[in-house]
Amino acid sequence: MNAPVTPETLNTGTTRRELVVATSVVGGALLVGCSPADILSMGSKVKIGAFGPFIRIAADGGVTVICKHIEIGQGSHAGLAAIVAEELDADWSKVSVEQAPANAKLYANAAMGVQGTGGSSGISNSWPQLRLAGAAARAMFVTAAAGLWKVPASEITVKDSVVSHGPSGKTAGFAELLPAAGKVAPPAAPVLKDPKTFTLIGTDRVRRKDSRAKSTGEAIFTQDVHLPNMLTAVVAHPEKFGSKVASFDATEALKVPGVVKVFQIPTGVAVVAETTYAAIAGRAALKVTWDESKAWTESSDKTAANYRDWAEGKGTLPAKLAWAAFDTRGSADSAPQGKVFEATYDFPFLAHAAMEPLNCVAEIGGGKTKLTSGSQSPTLDQINTAKIVGTLPGAVEVETLNAGGSFGRRANFQSDYAAECVHVAKKIGKGQPVKLVWTREDDMTGGYYRPLTHHRVKVALDNDGFPAAWTHRIVTQSVMKGSPMPTKGIDETTVEGTKGSPYLKATPVVDAQVLIPDLGVPVLWWRSVGATHTAFVMEHTIDQLARLAGQDPVAYRLALYEKAQATRHAAVLKLAVEKAGYGQPAPVGWTRGVAVHECFGSVVAQIAEVRLVDGKPKVGRVVTAIDCGTAVSPNQVAAQMEGGTCLGLSAALFGQITLKDGVVEQKNFDTYRVLRNSEAPTVETHILASSNAPSGVGEPGTPVIGPAVANALLALTGQATNSLPMVKA
Amino acid sequence: MALTLDINGKTTKVNAAPDTPLLWVLRDEVGLTGPKFGCGIAQCGACTVLADGTPVRSCSLPISALEGVKITTVESLGGDHPLQAAWVKHDVPQCGYCQSGQLMSAVALLTINPHPTDDDIDAAMDGNICRCGTYQRVRAAIKDVASSASKA
Repeated sequence: MNAPVTPETLNTGTTRRELVVATSVVGGALLVGCSPADILSMGSKVKIGAFGPFIRIAADGGVTVICKHIEIGQGSHAGLAAIVAEELDADWSKVSVEQAPANAKLYANAAMGVQGTGGSSGISNSWPQLRLAGAAARAMFVTAAAGLWKVPASEITVKDSVVSHGPSGKTAGFAELLPAAGKVAPPAAPVLKDPKTFTLIGTDRVRRKDSRAKSTGEAIFTQDVHLPNMLTAVVAHPEKFGSKVASFDATEALKVPGVVKVFQIPTGVAVVAETTYAAIAGRAALKVTWDESKAWTESSDKTAANYRDWAEGKGTLPAKLAWAAFDTRGSADSAPQGKVFEATYDFPFLAHAAMEPLNCVAEIGGGKTKLTSGSQSPTLDQINTAKIVGTLPGAVEVETLNAGGSFGRRANFQSDYAAECVHVAKKIGKGQPVKLVWTREDDMTGGYYRPLTHHRVKVALDNDGFPAAWTHRIVTQSVMKGSPMPTKGIDETTVEGTKGSPYLKATPVVDAQVLIPDLGVPVLWWRSVGATHTAFVMEHTIDQLARLAGQDPVAYRLALYEKAQATRHAAVLKLAVEKAGYGQPAPVGWTRGVAVHECFGSVVAQIAEVRLVDGKPKVGRVVTAIDCGTAVSPNQVAAQMEGGTCLGLSAALFGQITLKDGVVEQKNFDTYRVLRNSEAPTVETHILASSNAPSGVGEPGTPVIGPAVANALLALTGQATNSLPMVKA
Repeated sequence: MALTLDINGKTTKVNAAPDTPLLWVLRDEVGLTGPKFGCGIAQCGACTVLADGTPVRSCSLPISALEGVKITTVESLGGDHPLQAAWVKHDVPQCGYCQSGQLMSAVALLTINPHPTDDDIDAAMDGNICRCGTYQRVRAAIKDVASSASKA
């Protein structure tokens, strides 16, 4: 162990035991078994104080929680800090948050083995780790006070950063006790609180720490970085994926005032200038001839048609492409006699289109290798940077800033845009800062989309109207191509949500298969990943089956959940039903649609009220119930339900990236329509009471609204929705 | 040829070419990074600032058109503006990137219309995209300030 992290060794990750041990030991002891060379090879040098890698306490008693996860809007910085503050009994109003540097050894995601923010795992993977860290620090203060006051530690209490001994009336703040507490050996097995005694977690007091900075313009994003002597680069990219530079003419570009250099890099031609505007203007004046001999030139209409044919058994599959079963049960011989339902569903490519276009700052040379960016996977960026520069990952310093959204785009195995910035900065050299700016057009046409996907479903009902035999075919690209993370067998992200569905569990005969073609269009996870399509297919299909069976969609689902023993699904649906007043008629003019889906360990039920305005769906009230285990910050759980619903609704109503002969047709928000304020629903969030550990929140709110709206439209018009987006351009 | 602009009440000489969009002058030359680059074609509103009180998309407005115009950015609000207080109270921001623009559109709305209807809010705020989906809290914060104003 303790070998340098390389893509080859990442698969091993960090074991759960290692993490528990590492996190139960704070202070210098954490370095035991981890030589300085290892630290250097695995991450930037980190100065660890007396309370370990996650907690710093200042001379004035102020507590800083160091967050290993990036804040991309999901609000986890507040939750992470609250976990520490709860166990430490710190004064929440004086707790601040700091972003951790990149260091895979200290700050790995327990679910990944590398430092990464994704999979809605920020709070859940940190839950045991930060509770232990907070409890250990608390114990150090208690031990210090007991020693100073010569009283039993068991009689000491801590509240709001004040340590007290009731019988003697002695009290002291963290500041006063800090010198002594810092010298106490951290306990080997810190005692955690009984969750019933939590006073901060689960309360409305756990609010964002960054709202003010984000309301004044003071919050700094990569786009805002201005360093002395900094240059700005934009890159001319080909309009077709897989094209290479054949030649370029920089004559006119170099005439643009402020343009400093124009040169070729692996992904295109970089225009480097003194200002962003000069770089953009320089690129506009640049002439590039592209070699398209290996370019992807297929139209997405053709791709979708191929997918449909393959799922139907028509046409010939490309070489090496074969169907793989992901759920098989029962015997096809026991063919049912009841009604048969058949449907196909088509989903387009989707761009993440976060508000901050992709960007990165790099300083390379002169003894320095530094990245400044908002990355979900900083330690992968270290590895990819090290390969380009020719150094060790640990020599790559990474400063992680807020990202202006991401939705998965800033977690890329190839570190695509960061690597591009490193290539430019390496060429500039001498450690001179270079900010790479992708314009919106670069961002939207640059690939790494949610894959275009096709589903084909055939369900035979039994005499009671429930599924007796379920045949399911999915055709979609894998987002795990080039992944250093383990992928045994089928890429689970292609089928998750259909695989594991309570509806399949409740069906005696299942034949579910996936076909995973390799296209020249780069794809990536997009908030809620496989569920972006599987939730729609399963939930919209179930409503159509309920209609076929002549049953109410809620009652139909509850019956299937009982068959599948899906108690959490049943519980959230019942909660949503109660809060939405489902037993009463919907408000006049509105039609309700229901959907339920489990992903990232949480289950979400939504009941959406929908009406048609000028023939297009308008969504009003959306009652949401979620089982996410312990809700550390109910306010931010609600924020994620609101935001996830908007992103999911935006995709369902408007979202699509299309290719014409390989060229992406949507370049900016004028052609890639997204949800606007007047189109946003009012989301009510109800959190199921739970004493379980926290589960995912950032993504589970995204995939449910699409099918809920489709189901409302089904009830309203009798028409199913078989392709997205609902509102065609 | 230097132009003189009135930015947040300060007379500011800028050296950029006259056809340069205001956004890049604010961000790269003046050092005001509150207004953000989001689309470059006046579609997303992240770059919104006020020009004589009217919300404008600074990414698409050349500085040559702005001499003698009072330009106001989010930085001028000072941090304790009622809308900023409401933004914090409601925890409106998520990623935060669009919020400077959202706030400036809201400031302009309440300045001319202290008691906006839902339709007024829709009309005033539809030019500001938020991909995190903070829209409902944006609306709640605006209404909160509007209702406080009516009590005062």
